[in-house]
Amino acid sequence: MAEGSERLKRTLEGFFFAFILMTIALAGIGLGVRRWLPPLASEHGAGIDRMIRYLLLTVGTLFVIGHVALGYFIWRFSRQERVTYRLASPRVEKLWSLIPGIVMALVAEGGVLVIGLPIWQQYYLRPAPPDAVLVEVTAEQFAWNIRYPGRDGRLGRTDPHLIRYDNPLGIDARDPASQDDVVQLGVMPVPLGRPVLVRLRSKDTLHSFFLPHFRVKQDAVPGMTIDIWFTPTQTGEFEIACAELCGFGHFQMRGVLRVLPSEDFERWLAEQPTFSSVR
Amino acid sequence: MSGQHVVHAHEEPQSFLRRYIFSTDHKVIGIQYYLTAMVMALVGGTLAMLIRLQLGWPEAKWPLLAKLFPRGMSGGVMNPDFYLALITMHGTLMIFFVVSLGLVSGFGNYLLPLHIGARDMAFPFLNMLSYWTVVPACVIMLASFFVEGGAAASGWTAYPPLSAVEQAVPGSGLGQTLWILGMALFIASFTMGGLNFVTTILNERTRGMSMMRLPLFIWTLLIASILGLLAFPPLTAAAILLLFDRHGGTSFFLPSGLYFGERVLPHSGGSPLLWQHLFWFLGHPEVYVLILPALGIALDLLPPFTRKPIFGYRLTVYSLIAIGVLSMIVWGHHMFVSGMNPYVGEFFAIGTLAITIPSAIIGFNLIASLWGARLQLRTPALFALGSIAFFGTGGFGGIFLGNATSDIQLHDTYFVVGHFHFMIGGVTLLALFGGTYYWFPKMFGRMMNERLGKIHFWVTFVAFYAVFLTQHFLGIGGMPRRYYAFSKFEFLAPIRDLNEFISLAAFVLGAAQLVFLFNFFWSLFRGARAEQNPWRATTLEWVAPTPPPHGNWGETTPEVHRWPYDYSVPGAPEDFTPQTVPPTVVEVTR
Repeated sequence: MAEGSERLKRTLEGFFFAFILMTIALAGIGLGVRRWLPPLASEHGAGIDRMIRYLLLTVGTLFVIGHVALGYFIWRFSRQERVTYRLASPRVEKLWSLIPGIVMALVAEGGVLVIGLPIWQQYYLRPAPPDAVLVEVTAEQFAWNIRYPGRDGRLGRTDPHLIRYDNPLGIDARDPASQDDVVQLGVMPVPLGRPVLVRLRSKDTLHSFFLPHFRVKQDAVPGMTIDIWFTPTQTGEFEIACAELCGFGHFQMRGVLRVLPSEDFERWLAEQPTFSSVR
Repeated sequence: MSGQHVVHAHEEPQSFLRRYIFSTDHKVIGIQYYLTAMVMALVGGTLAMLIRLQLGWPEAKWPLLAKLFPRGMSGGVMNPDFYLALITMHGTLMIFFVVSLGLVSGFGNYLLPLHIGARDMAFPFLNMLSYWTVVPACVIMLASFFVEGGAAASGWTAYPPLSAVEQAVPGSGLGQTLWILGMALFIASFTMGGLNFVTTILNERTRGMSMMRLPLFIWTLLIASILGLLAFPPLTAAAILLLFDRHGGTSFFLPSGLYFGERVLPHSGGSPLLWQHLFWFLGHPEVYVLILPALGIALDLLPPFTRKPIFGYRLTVYSLIAIGVLSMIVWGHHMFVSGMNPYVGEFFAIGTLAITIPSAIIGFNLIASLWGARLQLRTPALFALGSIAFFGTGGFGGIFLGNATSDIQLHDTYFVVGHFHFMIGGVTLLALFGGTYYWFPKMFGRMMNERLGKIHFWVTFVAFYAVFLTQHFLGIGGMPRRYYAFSKFEFLAPIRDLNEFISLAAFVLGAAQLVFLFNFFWSLFRGARAEQNPWRATTLEWVAPTPPPHGNWGETTPEVHRWPYDYSVPGAPEDFTPQTVPPTVVEVTR
């Protein structure tokens, strides 16, 4: 009698464990099918989304299979009264381990080689097209300084020793290239459908230029100038967030990326006061 | 391998001080490490609760907490500096002072000589020294909360310039200096420990204990110790360089033109990326230093409760070694968007995803070990099974992050937070708990309460998923980590309310650990007396008396005749055959 109730208890416990694991698998599915990515607004971002969706599908399937299999095994073998399978031969062990090996080689390694790295190369290794709009973004605690090169297409020289309240980037007024530069704080208008080349710098500590809707994230590193480029596909206002811890104001280091139709952007830029005109 | 063991010359010390405080006995040192980790876990866990309080209700006022933390929560509202100190210290304490100390140093010290039939570690004095080096490290870390400017606030990764320039963040004052000193002491201690582990495993095994007869936990300790010895020195060097940058006017990590506090700093020529390389050259192997012993415990806890050998011992050992080797060349996957050359990023992505192959083999072997079992769901078994699920979930998340392309969106978001909590938070803590329930009878001669143990497991297991699985999806939504509040960004508006749910689940998770604490101390005094081998297990520690005396084995050390997983050998009198049973009594099946 005691043995019978002991057995029932074991069966119930195994069933409970399996039930919980099944619930977790279902919760995973429920979360996974929801739309989490912010609406897409850049060209290369479609590739990054494809990579993420591929992983959600394949790795998500493995997540479900793994939890269901573990639950099934626990449920089934917690009812057993005796060991029914003891030791596999070395050959059998090797053969079975081919399964996880091959699955991972295909899903993980195959995924990055076939889908991931081509997108990575397109994003990082191709230089920006010659018609790209150059925008310099200089991060500081806790703001985004935006600078356009103006009519001459060249950014003027900067020197941190020249930084003043009215010259937050330390632009050198003696440099002819700097005369027509346009400086903005926190708002970054860019044209729709044209590549935008961002020249990223930092005045003080690490920051990260994160455009959630554009699938753009790049650290700004003091002492380095890092170029990235992307092409906006939607007009509207989008947020710039900082994604690398930069101090107590990190959480509120917000900027706005404003995507305008190309003509509107050109008109806006032409209307802005230049560096030499405000001094 | 060493031959006949001579009884060590030193005799059991009699004074309280030499017996329990400055002891050279590996068992005492192991328990000292374990209890130290427990104290640090209480602090680290409390910090986590405060973090969740802030993230769940960022605008709320907590007048009571204002009394406890007059500076950090003046007026009852947490200030952002204090929040950054909380996350920095939570990470540092949990990784280095809880999991490293409890799992690797604690269980490692207690079990290693017992598992391999040795009388003590190879260098008992060094062992004592390593413990007494980590105690000041703990004190310094805790003390840093009380200095001017508060504790370090540059994240557990301590990236310069934030960690190098005093003006960058309030915690970058004395708090950061203390953090560096604490870490340096910790590393010194951990290096001594690792040296001791490697030497002991290679030289002190008893007769018959060949490498392929080692319990897998010992294999994982060996690999983890070697990784630690290779990976920690660069961080020591980096920490010293950072100290020079802070106080000696050097510029290892600081470039020219840094503009802080309305003036240009005099540094020039350094690179913040250099720190990131040095840090992650340690940081990534460190993950495996923690996760491998946790897997070792999960693998070793299964056979006593499945009553059968694990599946694929040999392949598991090879996979563990492969993970160890690969873990040394993948650190750059933490730096895909750091400004590192993107060509190098490709190499790191391919290398990182190669780790999924041996990892998947281990995960598969863990599940396959259940096939044909007579599974008994005692508390240690629950924790071992739970850590399999966590290892799977954490590993699957890793596939998203090791992939450079998807990492562009996921880097430094809550996806990362969810992922690493499953790995170095979840797998390790479940192994730590499972190991505690399992070896408690050996350590203290009493059983822990089974019912409380099961409550502890179920609440922990479910709440953990609720907290950290959800965080993965917040990360896909772009929610950045290390944010004091999510109220400033509109794109987070659709998802930020989930933080309330996560915080509630985190409080449940925290409360479940109090059940464990109660069980631990209650069982220490009131638990049922344990038999010598309560789980009917095969490994050597259960052959030793309970609790094992100084020198562990009486007159002679045991002789080993078989591998550690001889359960349910056909024709054997019992369903477990200890490693000491000679082949003349029970046939050796492997």
